[in-house]
Amino acid sequence: MKQWKRFKESYFLYSFKHDRVAITSFVVLLILILISIFAPLIAPYNTYDTSSIDIMDAEIPPSWMEEGNPDFILGTDIQGRDLLSTMLFGMRLSVMIGCGAVFLQAIIGIFIGLISGYMGGRVDSFLMRIADVQLSFSTLMVAIMISAIFQVAFGVGRYEELAVPLLVLIIGLAEWPQYARTVRASVLGEKNKEYVEAARVIGLSSRRIRWRHILPNTMSPVLVISTIQVANAVMSEAALSFLGLGMPVTKPSLGSLINSGFEYIFSGSWWITLFPGILLVVFVLVINLLGDWLRDVLNPKLYKG
Amino acid sequence: MNHLLEVQDLEVKFALRMGDLTAINGVSFTLDRSERLGLVGESGAGKSVTGFAIINLISKPGYISGGRVIFEGRDLTKLTDEGMRHIRGNLISMIFQDPMMTLNPVLTIGTQMVETLQAHGGIPRKDAEEIALDKLRKVHIPSPEKRLRQYPHEFSGGMRQRIVIAIALLTDPALVIADEPTTALDVTIQAEIMDLLLELCESEGTGLILITHDLAVVSQVTQKIAVMYAGKIVETGRTEDIIDNPLHPYTRGLIHALPNGRNPGTRLYQIPGMMPSLINIPPGCSFHPRCTISGDICRYESPSLREIPGYRTMAACHMLGLQKEQTEKDTAS
Amino acid sequence: MFAFVVRRITQAIVVMLVIGLLGFSIKQKIGDPVRDIVGISVSVAEREALRDKLGLNDPFLVQYVRFIKNAVHGDLGMSFFFKKPTLEVILSKAPATLELVFASSLIIILLSVPLGIYTAIRPRSLPSRIIMGGSIVGVSIPVFLTAIILIYIFAVELHWLPSYGRGATVNIGGWESGLLSLDGLRHLLLPSIALSSIMLPLFIRLIRSEMMETLETEYVKFAWAKGLSRRRVWFLHAFKNTLLPVITVGGVQLGILIAYTILTETVFQWQGMGFMFLEAVERSDTSLLVAYIIVVGALFVVVNTIVDIIYGLVNPTVRITGRK
Repeated sequence: MKQWKRFKESYFLYSFKHDRVAITSFVVLLILILISIFAPLIAPYNTYDTSSIDIMDAEIPPSWMEEGNPDFILGTDIQGRDLLSTMLFGMRLSVMIGCGAVFLQAIIGIFIGLISGYMGGRVDSFLMRIADVQLSFSTLMVAIMISAIFQVAFGVGRYEELAVPLLVLIIGLAEWPQYARTVRASVLGEKNKEYVEAARVIGLSSRRIRWRHILPNTMSPVLVISTIQVANAVMSEAALSFLGLGMPVTKPSLGSLINSGFEYIFSGSWWITLFPGILLVVFVLVINLLGDWLRDVLNPKLYKG
Repeated sequence: MNHLLEVQDLEVKFALRMGDLTAINGVSFTLDRSERLGLVGESGAGKSVTGFAIINLISKPGYISGGRVIFEGRDLTKLTDEGMRHIRGNLISMIFQDPMMTLNPVLTIGTQMVETLQAHGGIPRKDAEEIALDKLRKVHIPSPEKRLRQYPHEFSGGMRQRIVIAIALLTDPALVIADEPTTALDVTIQAEIMDLLLELCESEGTGLILITHDLAVVSQVTQKIAVMYAGKIVETGRTEDIIDNPLHPYTRGLIHALPNGRNPGTRLYQIPGMMPSLINIPPGCSFHPRCTISGDICRYESPSLREIPGYRTMAACHMLGLQKEQTEKDTAS
Repeated sequence: MFAFVVRRITQAIVVMLVIGLLGFSIKQKIGDPVRDIVGISVSVAEREALRDKLGLNDPFLVQYVRFIKNAVHGDLGMSFFFKKPTLEVILSKAPATLELVFASSLIIILLSVPLGIYTAIRPRSLPSRIIMGGSIVGVSIPVFLTAIILIYIFAVELHWLPSYGRGATVNIGGWESGLLSLDGLRHLLLPSIALSSIMLPLFIRLIRSEMMETLETEYVKFAWAKGLSRRRVWFLHAFKNTLLPVITVGGVQLGILIAYTILTETVFQWQGMGFMFLEAVERSDTSLLVAYIIVVGALFVVVNTIVDIIYGLVNPTVRITGRK
């Protein structure tokens, strides 16, 4: 209860309530996440059920346009699936993969970062050298390369079957260096702070110092980058799917939808690409806005006049 | 009487999310040509802010909310940015606390010196370098010609501060404001730097405002002292008067707290309590919660600086003069 | 300084060897060099004989060394699809990608520096807020979407600019350049804008935040106290310190830029290395795939090493101690 009370009175909550951008973003994000979770329940059609799709329904424009059909609010895609439903399921996939990947990279990254920070010396240099090299290749490049190799190794069919866990694995592997470096920097910074020396002087054990004192202080930057990393993961997944290295057209994520709709822009069916695009952008945008706000709030140096 | 610098009722506030905080609440003092004033107090008392306020260089969200700063007859608070630019680094120079942070790490010493001269008076490069070399010699930097091409990190702390002093004196300013110039240096170097500063100010006739918390230093270098507490001046007067006979309870506490070798082995005196943070300044006299001689009036009314009968010093205290015997008893213990 | 450079180069070589090892291992596990050379319709016995002749049954380490030796001489295997040495294929596509990267970098530098500095100096002004708002949105729109939108607006609807390909290129000593013809430049415009669209906001924000941090430092305050002109304080004292972190980040961003060329080239059917890479994936052309990874890897290593060395030149503190 005391924690809750402290939270309620904290500067954190105060700042949040007074920042309209933060509140709006948070609300929108919440809505989007709820939509993704409940997609199977709220989508007008179940687009995974191939028997419900009729190819004759392909490329129908949104309902408010001339040739639109009120059955399909946002129109249909090239296979005749309702665009809105497909988008909802696609968003669901993107969110799942995004969160899964971030979870994986966090675990790997935090673990490596902690080891690197505590042990220092050669272990530290070695691990960080790997992280640096991987970062210099840029995580997107690494993800593309890994997925390319997997696809050639497994063959397209097998790859598509395993797409979701594979994507989580790929993006998780590609992005752990960020976490590792952040956590390591925190650990190094905290290790040398005076309160650790003070704790040791009082006689607290190493372990207690680590868990009760250092670790909580490391969590704050981890929290900040986690938000951005989810946005990055979603973008990476979209990019991979767009390139055909991600979710297949049969179980499309937003990226695959944009890809499949691309060719049809020239024949005028702009909605297939645009609506998934808008949804993707909005999702990433609100995460970025929240991430920015979070970073500002957790940085005690700044006063706003 | 024409003072070099006259600060009248200066007020500085900080605009924060929770409201405006008063950092300096009506500070007044004067400085004549070639005079050296020590602005003394603990961290947070407002001394640095006063220094910056004089040249109107307070970082946001701070701003000057009242009062005047009259320098050579002109009110600096009324000057435009461009007008102030001609004063800064030219007629009034400032020395900051940590020379490692003060000098730009990616520019050579030469660049950082020459640019000051070029900015004020468009002096051609060659001449500016000559002047720079001259000043470097004055601050006892060996082989100054080589030094011009070097970067700040190639010097020791003491040398860096000498360079900063040299930069401050490049334009032969009328006034130098030194903000804790030796705090970031080793103790052994501190004395050297202070001696240097004193020697230069005396020989060039430069006015000096020395901002510091170190009473020992102030007693050797300055002719006047102003003691600050929680944004106000609580006592001011000639250095030897204040050191020998401090009047305001706070000043007495400060002097008392200095180790003086009289009672070896006993605990050093500490003023009980802490200086209040700007958010929580007590009503009335801001020192009264910690004061040994406070009375009822101290809780409601804020005292202003006044002459204390029988003394040359001015102090801001209601109880002084009324309790002469009490003060004498305290000093004796 | 010299020691510093030597250390950096040694590190670079080590990394290259590791990349080579990874590439080689991939080739071993997935690729089929016999197929690369003779195609599919050859008997099993002949294949075995060929394998022996090519030394494919030798121990791993021996093959690896051979691989490295070949690589250093420029032989990275044969492309199954193109029936040509992989390096040749890559080099023929390289000019397209390099020109694209060059044009985008130009746009990024020319725009981000002034905009970044401006938003740092006047953070609360209306133009600054618009720029910052625009940049958050820009960062949230994936490259390929920007590319598609640009194509839709400027090619499909307005018919101002072409929607795919490089246009007419001029051959200068083997380098197919699109920079020298008006048609080539018209084709270059949309792709380079699309490619820069995601990096531009990043750089603006980076320059802005570094600049703002620099403006708060003691030495900038001291520069003000010296009465220097605004221009001098902003553009010399502050900006020179901003350059250092920007250069470091810039080097890293090159990697991201190359990754994004893959995306952009796909949308615009731009015949560069990225497009070639994806086609290689589709065709399971392992040799080409691995060759691309190695070449790109080498490119990154070289660029990062150069960036590190430049950083050492610009930042005097690094030179003396030899490390960061």
